Amino acid sequence: MITISPIERILRGIAITLVILFFMFPIFWIFLMSFQTNETILRVPPSIVFEPTMSNYSALITGKLETNAGLLEFEFMRNLWNSFFLSVSSVAVGLLLGVPAAYAFARLKFRGSEDIAFTLLSFRFAPPLLVLLPLTIYFQQIGLANTYVGLIWVYQLIVLPLILWIVRGYFEDIPADVEHAYRIAGHSWAATFRKIALPLAGPGIAAAGLLAFIFAWNNFIFALVLASADKQPVTVGALAFVTASGIQYGQIAAAIVLSITPTLLLALYAQRYLVEGLSLGAVKG
Amino acid sequence: MTDAVLDRVPRRRVRISRKALPYLLSLPALLACIGILIPFFTAVAYSLQRYRLSQPWARKWNWGENYLNFLSDPSFWNTLQVSMTYAFLTVGIELLLGLGIALLLQRRTRFNNFVSIMLLMPLMTAPALASLMWKLMTNPGFGILSYFATLIGIEDFRWASDPSTAMLTVVLVDVWVYTPFIMILLLAGLRSLPRQPFEAAALDGVPRLFVFWRITLPMLTPFLLTATLFRMIESIQQFDIIYAMTQGGPGDKLTVFQVEAYLNFFQSTNVGRSAALLMILWVITYLLSNIFVKNWLRLREKQRGAI
Repeated sequence: MITISPIERILRGIAITLVILFFMFPIFWIFLMSFQTNETILRVPPSIVFEPTMSNYSALITGKLETNAGLLEFEFMRNLWNSFFLSVSSVAVGLLLGVPAAYAFARLKFRGSEDIAFTLLSFRFAPPLLVLLPLTIYFQQIGLANTYVGLIWVYQLIVLPLILWIVRGYFEDIPADVEHAYRIAGHSWAATFRKIALPLAGPGIAAAGLLAFIFAWNNFIFALVLASADKQPVTVGALAFVTASGIQYGQIAAAIVLSITPTLLLALYAQRYLVEGLSLGAVKG
Repeated sequence: MTDAVLDRVPRRRVRISRKALPYLLSLPALLACIGILIPFFTAVAYSLQRYRLSQPWARKWNWGENYLNFLSDPSFWNTLQVSMTYAFLTVGIELLLGLGIALLLQRRTRFNNFVSIMLLMPLMTAPALASLMWKLMTNPGFGILSYFATLIGIEDFRWASDPSTAMLTVVLVDVWVYTPFIMILLLAGLRSLPRQPFEAAALDGVPRLFVFWRITLPMLTPFLLTATLFRMIESIQQFDIIYAMTQGGPGDKLTVFQVEAYLNFFQSTNVGRSAALLMILWVITYLLSNIFVKNWLRLREKQRGAI
């Protein structure tokens, strides 16, 4: 084993502390801010000692914001619901479309399979606005403008490549012999897929779904371009909220906390799979 | 019992469609994406047209004119320069920082694993919301970072609203969000390296700096390359962080490709110019992603080959 000198140990300790401070402090600070009134937020010098208040959260939940100009109705809860609904539906559609395709790419090598798989992957890297701007015009013509269906469809741009390439890796990891044995025993292809491949790749499919959910939730540009207020998820809603609530900083902080908590919790839960997911199935954690 | 019946029926059907089966399985995914391919070609067409939403009657093909105009258009060169600056600054800093942190956390101890999980939190925060968080922290009135700046003697540091520090501020947010991405890929890479070369070097008393440059770094190269290219592709397309922070301002200090294209489309309603800008961005990302995919595939095969 490599021995570490005391000086190096101290230096390492300092470095790690600085790293943790830099990456954790913003979340910690915004979290504190969300429990403060404007008065304590505006104190100079800032202090972490204050009397916590739930007023910011209750204002958000009831949708009645206090501003200098009086009471303002803002349905932030609706944005939260939109985020939830859009992410869940996109992932469901993505899994439905992506898992069979992933299986086809992993198991049944066919002509053009790699080309198709890479075409799907390339969507992950193209500038989203390139597709979104013409889509705004098309969606108006075919009646999909500002609809959940249209948004869920566009969300496949990020959800599908992710699911396809992660799940494909999991299918490839299943020894083909297991499936062959089941087929030879006289079972159909569909039964093999359902009873052998799907359960064995189960954890991978779940991981891909969770990650796709996080990416869908965190997306900003799709809804900014394609959705108006009643369909907007939290990422876009929060920005509008900042404009609407003006200088009610505690409420803004509370809105941010509510918006980022779901993905942070999911990430902690799914952290084992994050490396694999983030590298689109290339690197194992 | 029902299983036995069910299984016998599809068996015959499968034999008929055996060749078609893989296509049938991947077709739905593909169809969903055709709806995305069509607008792509529409965008190509737009980029070859004189097309302003405010003057639909004057819409006509002008072929390469939008692109030719860029040559003498200072705001285009500004966009190119700002985008490149942003991409190189963010990826460069994130690479150094990410490698440093990965090396610090390399050993598999409980503490190190815990820290690496905690550090993922910024990466899981929506970039647009991360920008808002930093906006609150850099507010000149009450922002904690502005307060820290006065503590070290910098009075009236205006962060994103000052043209000279706007780039620094958005780069900082990007570094906060995406360094963990590079860190976690490199950490996985470091931990997957074979032990023998390191043990042999330790036995021979090879200096550790030498080990780092001659063994660790070369063996880590595929991971470094994949992480760098991946971030490069995303960074040159950055929109969320910049738009949420300043919408491209102050002035045109932060009008990177996608922000400029967005403003062109929705504010000046110049569809042709907006599409041409995006096409140029697409060519850049396409070239980068081709190199990326090659490396990524090699890495993927190597990592899977171990099983």
